[in-house]
Amino acid sequence: MSGPNDPAMPKAPVPQRFSLAGVLRQPLLGPLAALIIAVVVFSLITDTFLKPQNLSLILQQSVVIGILAVGQTMIILTAGIDLSIGAIMVLGTIVMAKTAGASGAFVALLTALLVCAILGAVNGGLVTWLKLPPFIVTLGTYTIIYSATQLLAGSATYPVAEGPLTWLGTTFKIGSFTTTYGVVVMLGAYAVAWYALTQTAGGRHVYAVGGSPEAARLSGIKSGRVLMSVYILTGLIAALAAWAALGRIPNADPNAYKNANLETITAVVIGGTSLFGGRGSVLGTLVGTLIVGVLRNGLTQAGVDNLYQNIATGILVILAVTLDQLARRRNQ
Amino acid sequence: MTAPVLQARGLVKRYGNVTAINGADFDLLPAEVLAVIGDNGAGKSTLIKALAGALIPDSGQILMDGEPVTFHNTRDARAHGIETVYQDLAVIPALDIATNVFLGRELRRKGFFGTVLRRLDMPAMRAASSAHLADLKIGIKSVNQAVETLSGGQRQGVAVVRSAAFGKRVIIMDEPTAALGVKESGMVVDLIRQIRARGIPVVLISHDMPHVFEVADRILVHRLGQRAAVVRPSERSMSDVVALMTGAAEPTEQERSGGS
Repeated sequence: MSGPNDPAMPKAPVPQRFSLAGVLRQPLLGPLAALIIAVVVFSLITDTFLKPQNLSLILQQSVVIGILAVGQTMIILTAGIDLSIGAIMVLGTIVMAKTAGASGAFVALLTALLVCAILGAVNGGLVTWLKLPPFIVTLGTYTIIYSATQLLAGSATYPVAEGPLTWLGTTFKIGSFTTTYGVVVMLGAYAVAWYALTQTAGGRHVYAVGGSPEAARLSGIKSGRVLMSVYILTGLIAALAAWAALGRIPNADPNAYKNANLETITAVVIGGTSLFGGRGSVLGTLVGTLIVGVLRNGLTQAGVDNLYQNIATGILVILAVTLDQLARRRNQ
Repeated sequence: MTAPVLQARGLVKRYGNVTAINGADFDLLPAEVLAVIGDNGAGKSTLIKALAGALIPDSGQILMDGEPVTFHNTRDARAHGIETVYQDLAVIPALDIATNVFLGRELRRKGFFGTVLRRLDMPAMRAASSAHLADLKIGIKSVNQAVETLSGGQRQGVAVVRSAAFGKRVIIMDEPTAALGVKESGMVVDLIRQIRARGIPVVLISHDMPHVFEVADRILVHRLGQRAAVVRPSERSMSDVVALMTGAAEPTEQERSGGS
């Protein structure tokens, strides 16, 4: 018998065609499909979802977590995790609000950037030089920063006067679509991060260090420098998110954004970035952020209770991790 | 005797109470394949790591073209044209072939995009990687695919291509066939021959005696942290070499002093 299945025949190149494995290897396709399905479903079951003002609201509600998730993505790409990212941001808002009163908005912004960068450097230093697990390091710094913020704020909240500090909340119109500078800054942050991670050597090194630290070292990559840069950059991104947070709600509250760390991890994971490091995309995280935003908004429009929204988000996270695991096993 | 490209004299490396190499000597001639063999713990990995800059010896000297050199890390050795292919496939599985080949030595675009925006020149890196793969006759369809989609032999091929692309003086291969099947090992042996044909000497660390005898010009036998002998495969049998390795046989005076 001789035919196409004859093992003696030389193997013809397999034509490229649709396969589940191929889809799993395209990390952006899954999240994008989920986002489109969610939008279509909510457009069909509610009358209000697809209205421009509602879509605008989803974007505006996604700004703070969206910006933070850029930093979380970079850290997770290095096979790390940052549980302190939200606490750093909240401290940033308090620092901005308290400094602005005495020294003005410009100094306040710079001070917050500096404070957040230093805290990022502390995380990075403990992970890089003491070689401690990022989960434990940032769990510790999360607790410390959260409590320090309470002490600094004296459990009070600090309203911020309209001005440079609330500038990212300023709205403007594109046609009939209203949006804020904060949304533009968030999209800009994703564009810059995407460019840096995919089009520059430093970005490729982030993937290399996360994917295989030993191979990266043997290739002459200074892993310590890569890790430090990522953690410091994430501190700066937390300050940017703090600025955006004051734009959304002009009141610095030490008790706000308590779950921001977990929400950013949710966005990153739903966006298809692997918690094991080395694979994923910051654009996936943007889609992941939007999926969570759309899901919450859509379920609210459909009259579903907040608690069920959390359950839905939780299921989505587990689903995303399952897909990641399947893709990894396939490749081993 | 032609002047050696790479030499080591009296290298010593201790880990606590354990002496990994104890006065190791080493000579690599131009355009030769020098196999380094030895029992486990004979110190061959330590010797090779010192030559590749992956560790710093406690004492002793490394010379290139007769000039003393000091390697503080693998970058220093690479700057001298010494490239190493590691046993455990030092490639990043999730990254594409072209990125892996140029990892740590990326090319940037010319002009504004390259100097200010630091944009990578992926087209140039892809083209160069494809050319190198074709040079060494490694059949891989696209350099855009992730290394993890390749077979073990192809992955080792990528690692060899990377070293061949940048190793202007010396290429060191640490157990390049240990993780591979028979056919894929044969492919790596072919690659070694092709690199030698270009005039670049190869240091081959291997446990695989048939491969060593197939491809090596000279065989350095390491024993008890020192060079025990350098033999020519044409003059000695495999069992002779194993006997030298285990200390069951004595080398000739010439073999003991570093061979011809």
